[in-house]
Amino acid sequence: MDFRLTEEQRALRTTLRELLARHYPPHRLREAAAAARTPDANGAAGGEAGEPPTAPTSPATPGALSPATPGTPATPGTPATPGTPVTSVAPATLGAPVSLGTSVPLGASVAPGAPGAEVVDAECWRALGRAGFFAVLLPEASGGLGLGLPEAVLLFEEAGRALLPGPLVGTALAAGLVPGAAEGEAMVGALDARHPLLEYPGVCRAALVLDGATTRLLDTGELARCATPLDSLDPLTPLASLPGPLPARHPPGRPPGASRLRQEATLLTAALQLGSAARSVETAVAHARGRTQFGRPIGAFQAVQHLCAGMLERLEPARCAVYAAAVTGTAEESAAAKLLADEAAIHNARDCLQVHGGTGFTWESEVHLHLKRAWVRAAQWTTAQEAEELLAAELLTPETDWPRNS
Amino acid sequence: MDLAYSAEEEEFRARLRGWLRTALPGLPAPPDPHDWPARRAYDCGWQRMLYEAGYAGLHWPAEAGGQGATPTQHLIFLEETERAGAPYVGAGFVGLLHAGPTIAAEGTPEQRARWLPPILRGEQVWCQGFSEPDAGSDLAALRTRAVRDGEDYLVTGSKIWTSHAQIADWCELLVRTGTGHETPGGPDTSRHRGLSWLALPMDAPGVTVRPLRTLAGTTEFAEVFLDGVRIPASQRIGAENDGWRVTLVTLSFERGTAFAGEVVACRRVLREVARAARDNGRWDDPVLRRRLGRLAADLGALWRLIQWNVSEAQHTGGLPGTGGSVFKLCYSRARQELFEAAAEALGLAALDRNHRWTADRLSSLAYTIAAGTSQIQRNIVAERILGLPRGR
Repeated sequence: MDFRLTEEQRALRTTLRELLARHYPPHRLREAAAAARTPDANGAAGGEAGEPPTAPTSPATPGALSPATPGTPATPGTPATPGTPVTSVAPATLGAPVSLGTSVPLGASVAPGAPGAEVVDAECWRALGRAGFFAVLLPEASGGLGLGLPEAVLLFEEAGRALLPGPLVGTALAAGLVPGAAEGEAMVGALDARHPLLEYPGVCRAALVLDGATTRLLDTGELARCATPLDSLDPLTPLASLPGPLPARHPPGRPPGASRLRQEATLLTAALQLGSAARSVETAVAHARGRTQFGRPIGAFQAVQHLCAGMLERLEPARCAVYAAAVTGTAEESAAAKLLADEAAIHNARDCLQVHGGTGFTWESEVHLHLKRAWVRAAQWTTAQEAEELLAAELLTPETDWPRNS
Repeated sequence: MDLAYSAEEEEFRARLRGWLRTALPGLPAPPDPHDWPARRAYDCGWQRMLYEAGYAGLHWPAEAGGQGATPTQHLIFLEETERAGAPYVGAGFVGLLHAGPTIAAEGTPEQRARWLPPILRGEQVWCQGFSEPDAGSDLAALRTRAVRDGEDYLVTGSKIWTSHAQIADWCELLVRTGTGHETPGGPDTSRHRGLSWLALPMDAPGVTVRPLRTLAGTTEFAEVFLDGVRIPASQRIGAENDGWRVTLVTLSFERGTAFAGEVVACRRVLREVARAARDNGRWDDPVLRRRLGRLAADLGALWRLIQWNVSEAQHTGGLPGTGGSVFKLCYSRARQELFEAAAEALGLAALDRNHRWTADRLSSLAYTIAAGTSQIQRNIVAERILGLPRGR
């Protein structure tokens, strides 16, 4: 047993950390937030006040905007068309090209004003694609990095630390399945039919839908018909709901695959949360060391010290849970990892906000962005309720070896 | 990130399992928990069995008579003995985990030859004389004084929270020998500088033991009064006035594996609680179910955290990191939550003090206090891990 990062894993993590520092430095996050529309009529750059965050695109140049850009034709109050057929994806077709519209360059594929266009950094996305971020799990024979889940969670932890916007999990899941996803040339969403919520709908060329044991694909047009924009709480995560019923038809002879993808999505999302939780500790500690009140750094007060220590108490077990789940790959450990990482991300952001005092309550601060993203991610994939029920049910099954030693 | 054990480690596990299968049926019946002499005999008998099978002092260095096992082998030992239902270290705790390793690290060859073999053979029991009524979390404030008298020290003062004092042969005693506050270099430095570590024979004239009853109704703790007790200076471990450093060596031997067996035991209890709730109908309550599911996640993560800390220790020569503080904070809270959830699952039966989980519910309350309160642990985490300014 040697439950530590290997030299190669450390190097991989460092490489991505440096790439993100170059392509997505912290000030970009604040700029994106400043540019995002706020409910405030006098808010900073962004849409007009009161305008729903829809993207009423009427592409003048179809080659550039359609059909790669779904837009969101459904206006608020108008239910999206249910029962839209979706493309089923069998493992046999995983490597085969799927028709998903034109191969418009990524940046140009995003309609101005489309939800997500203003927050997703296309240049950074391509840099990640070139680095193999989205292809980390794809076999080398298929052009991927051919690495394992432990490496994938380390990369996603870094992306979570930087709070990088964009459909990271969906695109990684779609690598090898949707052309351009692995290379960072296409953004792809993904969702569990139990939680019909899509992030970054305006920039997603397609969306994977994991419905029970079935993996389907909503193409650009279907996505446009199904998705109803939601005025997202998180300025950096535009959202759309896909009000049901989602298409239930699927060809016979369903291959497995959805459960593996769902588990990967759960774990990668947990890794994003882990990175965010770690970032909140660092931010809180840095502030507590630098901010002086009553003639001393506030970090010298035990009340503040114990808030910060409590953040580490959430972070370290969550970290070990996420890493271990990446090694064992069991459904139980993945669910537990998501449960603990969700809680660490949410409550560490809350405590980070508290340590920042009034500054933490401002739009300019980075703190609320971590909290809001953590709330969104907690609602995606395995939720706390699902994880706890799964783990509870497992307590009543005949015990296998515990702890599992492999 | 490798959770698989090596062939060598698996061989160690298999050999241990084989021995446990043959050895455990030979154990006598467990003693009445309130019969301290019987508990001592039982715990020492188990230690003797370990000694004869070559498992005594597993994590001690070989030159001290131990097995020189790696941290990972020690973890496997704790996991497998708990799984097999083997006895806990019990009365041997201080000797095997605190005093013995300290003597091994800091004692002279004569001192090691005198005290270590009887600990390993289960012949002598040690207790710990560190805390005092006015020196708990602030251990360096202790006032028990040792005055030099020729080749001896004359020791006067009192110690408290001394586990197993009434059945111990020896006490690892921390006393003030220095000039204390008058020493130049600032009061804080001098407080730590003037302490010494002595081996006190519990049958020496002037030693009085008064058992303390805990809120659980048990008497594993005692107060120890010292009235002019004569201790030869040859029974001092380390240099005079260097006892604080020697003590830190002692405390550092906990290594984050101290509760590994208990985490395995907690998982078993959690499954029993779930079955009890299913049988009495409370399983239908989603709030309770989710509470138990959450505990399953916590215990699983704690086990992985132990493996993380052990893997670190394996690469730092067996010395523990500060990660032990985070583990202790999380584990003590999880253990308390487990027995609170058990009480909810039991309903009115939880009010029966003879229920098997009642004693655990009560004793779990000590976990956030003993071996450094959670508040002291958070100070350590904040200052030594997170690098926040000292809070004084």
